[in-house]
Amino acid sequence: MRTALIFVAITLFGCGSAEGDDRIRLDVVAASSLTEVFEAIAIEFETSNASIDIAFSFGASSEIAAAIESGASPDLIAVAEPSVLDALMSDDHVVEPVQYFATNRMEIVVPNGNPKDIASLGDLARSDLVVLLCDPAVPCGRYSSQVLANAGVRIAPASFEVNVKGVLGKVALGEADAGIVYVTDVLAAKERVDGVAIPKDKNVVAQYPIAIVERSSDQQEAERFVAFLTSEIGVRILRRHGFGAP
Amino acid sequence: MFIAALGALLFLLPFIGIALRLPWMRLSEIFGDPETRAALWLSIRSSAMAAALSCFFGAPLAYVLARRAFPGRSVIRALMTLAMVLPPVVGGVALLFTFGRNGFVGARLDEWLGIRLPYSSAGVVLAQTFVAMPFVVVAVESALVRQDTRMEEAARTLGASPLTVLRRITIPTIRPALLAGAALAWARALGEFGATITFAGSFPGRTQTLPLLVYSTLDTDPGAALALSFVLLAVAVVVLGLLRDFWFAGMSDRGKG
Repeated sequence: MRTALIFVAITLFGCGSAEGDDRIRLDVVAASSLTEVFEAIAIEFETSNASIDIAFSFGASSEIAAAIESGASPDLIAVAEPSVLDALMSDDHVVEPVQYFATNRMEIVVPNGNPKDIASLGDLARSDLVVLLCDPAVPCGRYSSQVLANAGVRIAPASFEVNVKGVLGKVALGEADAGIVYVTDVLAAKERVDGVAIPKDKNVVAQYPIAIVERSSDQQEAERFVAFLTSEIGVRILRRHGFGAP
Repeated sequence: MFIAALGALLFLLPFIGIALRLPWMRLSEIFGDPETRAALWLSIRSSAMAAALSCFFGAPLAYVLARRAFPGRSVIRALMTLAMVLPPVVGGVALLFTFGRNGFVGARLDEWLGIRLPYSSAGVVLAQTFVAMPFVVVAVESALVRQDTRMEEAARTLGASPLTVLRRITIPTIRPALLAGAALAWARALGEFGATITFAGSFPGRTQTLPLLVYSTLDTDPGAALALSFVLLAVAVVVLGLLRDFWFAGMSDRGKG
């Protein structure tokens, strides 16, 4: 359903540059976790590339990949887990090689002030806590179970939320005591939630690849955006939003 | 005629679309899966419960709305319509702020009775009842408004007690509407997604209903998602089909009465 909607959105609004002027429209589909940082980067990019407009569509990594698989043709796709692009690569939907431009880590998210005194992954197994995880169908959920396995912790979550926002929102509202989300999500919502770091040896490194879509008619401009992402300014903005270097 | 056929196609084609892509070979494997069975069973129980609660509370409410003039009646009517058109996610958020553990009702339920609705099967039923009950209220109320009250008056003047009037005249005449409302409420509850995921979350066996499982498997196993969608469609079509016959029987009964 969501895949279909994204597909419709991309085909309806993603028909390349507007006729009449020479501005080029770059359609970028990206993982939800990139929302804030990509919007910040686009502002910088557009000031130095006045002839290019960037239009984003954010969604679950697997959904945006599925939309391209079923015929949508944005110019670029950026996701939160390399394996999401496997099918697109084997069916030649994207130009290879893909470029890794950022990394992310997981963090425990708790309501402001950490009212339940959660200090480690082990605490998440406490029976007095309502703990939320992302659904194992999305990258965030797979990374979370990997982190818990690394720490040898078994927990009984109250719910598997369909995406990061579900976990973050309910923790911020105080409807859950803790959850596991990306470091960058905690940073983006730092007015409403606090983070409890997960030690490096227990944590995972989520690699973010970006790829140019084979059917894109503006490949040169797409390349320029990728180059900008990995440029000094791009890296600085990514850092500021909590992403690591690839 | 041609336009009507096109209209019908819009609803027929997606059925064919699903049937064509359905992994027939894997059906037994998909439905043998404990997670699928748990979701199916939870969906059946919770939606039946929600439909029953909708009738239990909705029918009396409809009666009062139709027959008694009281301040605030139009407000309640408007709320019913609002609940029908409200995006279910918004309904779920509203439930969370009300019955969540920080909500003004939820906090007291927890403190006084130790009842916690979010993340529980009861929470699923509450979310489903919230979106389903207006269907009963609207169906029954409109039947009551259209009903000729002279029969009830005649019965009363002949000495029938209010309870007898209700039992012998009012309820039999609104029965088709009540059944129609119940069937719609049940179907709405069965397909409910937004309010459930927002208020009750998704946990296999406890709050993960069939629509939630469809959403979750869409990414990892689209074949299974299709098969589950087909079950939802099939169950709804069969039950609504059966009830449809029943309503029409009810309608013609009324002609005789």
